Amino acid sequence: MSQILMAAGFADPVFDQQATFRAAMWALSRPGRVEPIRAGLAPPAPLNAEAAALVLALCDYETPLWLDPALAGAPAVADFLRFHTGAPIVAEAREARFALIAEPVDMLDFYDFAQGSPEFPDASATLILQVDAFTAGLVLEGPGINGRTAFGAAPLPADFIERMAANRAGFPLGVDLLLAGAGGVAGLPRSVTVKEG
Amino acid sequence: MNAHATGAMPEITYNFAYLDEQTKRMIRRAILKAIAVPGYQVPFAAREMPMPYGWGTGGVQVTAAVLGPDDVLKVIDQGADDTTNAVAIRGFFEKTARVATTTSAREATVIQTRHRIPETPLTENQILVYQVPIPEPLRFLEPRETETRQLHALAEYGLMHVKLYEDIARHGHIATTYAYPVEVAGRYVMDPSPIPKFDNPKLDDCPALQLFGAGREKRIYAIPPFTRVRSLDFEDHPFRVQRFAQPCALCAATGVYLDEVILDDKGGRMFVCSDTDYCNERQEAGHRGEMAGEAGRASPSPQPSPLRGEGADGALNLSPTGKGRPEGPGEGTWGVPTTPSSAGDPGSARAAPSGMTK
Amino acid sequence: MYVAAKGGEKAIRNAHALLAKRRRGNKNLPSISLAQIAQQLTLAVDRVMAEGSLYDVELAALAVKQARGDLIEAIFLIRAFRTTLPRFGYAQALDTSEMLVRRRVSATYKDLPGGQLLGPTFDYTHRLLDTSLGVADEAGEVDDEARQADPADAAPVAMPRVTDLLGQEGLIEAAPADEGAEPFDITRAPVSFPVDRSTRLQTLARGDEGYLLALGYSTQRGYARSHPFVGEIRFGDVEVIFEAPELGFELSLGTVQVTECQSVNQFKGSATTPPQFTRGYGLVFGQCERKALSMALVERALRWKELGEEPGAPAQDEEFVLSHCDNVQATGFVEHLKLPHYVDFQAELDLVRRMRAEQAAERPADGIKEAAE
Repeated sequence: MSQILMAAGFADPVFDQQATFRAAMWALSRPGRVEPIRAGLAPPAPLNAEAAALVLALCDYETPLWLDPALAGAPAVADFLRFHTGAPIVAEAREARFALIAEPVDMLDFYDFAQGSPEFPDASATLILQVDAFTAGLVLEGPGINGRTAFGAAPLPADFIERMAANRAGFPLGVDLLLAGAGGVAGLPRSVTVKEG
Repeated sequence: MNAHATGAMPEITYNFAYLDEQTKRMIRRAILKAIAVPGYQVPFAAREMPMPYGWGTGGVQVTAAVLGPDDVLKVIDQGADDTTNAVAIRGFFEKTARVATTTSAREATVIQTRHRIPETPLTENQILVYQVPIPEPLRFLEPRETETRQLHALAEYGLMHVKLYEDIARHGHIATTYAYPVEVAGRYVMDPSPIPKFDNPKLDDCPALQLFGAGREKRIYAIPPFTRVRSLDFEDHPFRVQRFAQPCALCAATGVYLDEVILDDKGGRMFVCSDTDYCNERQEAGHRGEMAGEAGRASPSPQPSPLRGEGADGALNLSPTGKGRPEGPGEGTWGVPTTPSSAGDPGSARAAPSGMTK
Repeated sequence: MYVAAKGGEKAIRNAHALLAKRRRGNKNLPSISLAQIAQQLTLAVDRVMAEGSLYDVELAALAVKQARGDLIEAIFLIRAFRTTLPRFGYAQALDTSEMLVRRRVSATYKDLPGGQLLGPTFDYTHRLLDTSLGVADEAGEVDDEARQADPADAAPVAMPRVTDLLGQEGLIEAAPADEGAEPFDITRAPVSFPVDRSTRLQTLARGDEGYLLALGYSTQRGYARSHPFVGEIRFGDVEVIFEAPELGFELSLGTVQVTECQSVNQFKGSATTPPQFTRGYGLVFGQCERKALSMALVERALRWKELGEEPGAPAQDEEFVLSHCDNVQATGFVEHLKLPHYVDFQAELDLVRRMRAEQAAERPADGIKEAAE
């Protein structure tokens, strides 16, 4: 693997990481609101720029990372992520602290990822789902939302509402979702209630 | 580093906002989990900071992890921007992050605080970072982390209610006046840091993001914006906050938290806004309290003169800028609820203030 | 925009200027050099390195100077610097059996392979003030490297560890095997209880000497007594070896001076284990014998559960002992009481006044009595 062929990481690692983190932070603080990500990355396909920015901002050698089959099938993706973050890429979804999902429609069940424990609910996975567009059709309630808010993204698993309901029912255990694409990121923490809009 | 005791030592340089990037990522990941599980204390590997544990290292680490070049930072301690520790922490970030600072709660994007929530209502896009000494609300009931962790896991908070109820039985009041426990989003009982319980209602449904950092105890927790935060209470003893009997002596504000300033050794005292920014803003808008100068005159500092480093006279000056006190509007109302020792105490007959315009 | 706050900044500047002045003392006297501190206040420097968890003689000497001799302050300075250093990896476990020994005593054997080596010790000195040290003596720079590289006072012979000798007979529990696993790193991850051995040892190794001394002392006085013998205490230079995975070979990073204490403690045996001795372990940077000994006593006391002993003594309480042994944490929190707390005090004042007023209203007689006093 030649370094010359490697797609570039952040132009300004300190400030680009900070800005991307802030987008993720506000996204999880205000579920459903899309926060812009401007990182200017051109990662190898099928990894999208927004998801790549989140991984580069949040992952390092301390965070086992899992890739869905679509991403794992493209070795350049793992090389890119490993080179820029040092994160160990794991084959077992349950071992991952971050999971990167390029094809949400076919994704594993939420329960296949670490849920945390009653004593340490923070020891749970954060799932980064690549989306093409932010749309509508859902209504969100919960911490971070002033009343209720409309939300939507595509593509998502067909049983998304049921999955999110089960995830909410397990609170304080559960996974947290970052939906990345279309120039931004939206957050769906485990505390959110998702309903049909 | 080798020993080169005779030569100059090499300059030491630090990263933006002091922390290295790996440490920031670790803290940032903890912040994200804290937001996802409101009120739950996320363990994090707090670093040693160049200020002592207990002096805001948790808040400083959280601030350092969120801060970016476009932020405008405000730091308060006891509500005031010019308290020594607030000055020291603000100076730290000016030096290590070259970030813009302000004393205005409206202009700030990040506010680091110790013991107060600003009086000026916070808005969306603002981040309030609390310095936390003891993050565990159950600590004084059960000192063991191994036990309290279980109690949180089981949402077993009966112990806390028993403690509060014992207060009522014994004193007729809940005797907790600060660091008053709250329930966040219907699940976790949380210590809001040692803010007076006067500030507790501001925690609820707050548009800003509230982050809590405890460095020595290595915990981070959060309240997302617009989150239900309920102060624990009982049906027959609802949660109530302290009321002050009089307005701020400088800006005449009511319904705000006041500092009591001792004016002399004869029981003289005045009450002024704890939030200096809020007080100054009101004074600039023309509001005048009992002890304020005439409009147009420089108003006296609402705070006691800060500590001076041992200097010309080597003394610590703790007296307020305006010495003496005004004719009181009536005995027993200087913020002191009528008590046997203040109301009608002949010893507290007061002279007109010297050096103050009434 | 920048808005200068009033008062506080100037006060802090003045206080710091004054501190610098006090630190310097009388300017007619020469400033003390780091070499002088490193060479003549070695034990202060060693303590700062040990509890600062950073082996750097020069920086420790600088910290001692900057802290005006306040060692906890100096330790704090070192810690705050240490935390900014990048982590390259973990060295291999030190092999203290290969130590270039400068001092070694065993209380369990009169003589043993390698012999007893008294070395530089206060033991057996008469604690009489030596006024001859009060006069300025020979001037001139001392060779800065002498501290590290003077083999003359080190033992030329191999010195097997006493516990290894006991181990050959099976008389003492085996030392936990080094499985090569990365240790838990208390500076990189939050500790949760109960802890493993590496966490316990790291926490004690950087713990406060005075605190561990008191706890160790308490075990001798009967609070978790375990009949300790100093199997051996040794001080000297050991090589630090780092294996860089990307290089594929080991390299020596140099030597550090450490004090190691292995206590040999009674153990009656259990259903599965025949009677044998057990170990308490202490290892500290530099020459810090009091600390190494105390650490070994406390380490042994904390192992009560795995050895099936009765709990109940302060030194056995893992969460208590380990949560409070860091003097940088302790001093920060104790000293933070100097910070303003007037907001909270105001809230308390209000409550106390209110409760007094209510009580006075209920019991007017008391109120009158009070007013009359």
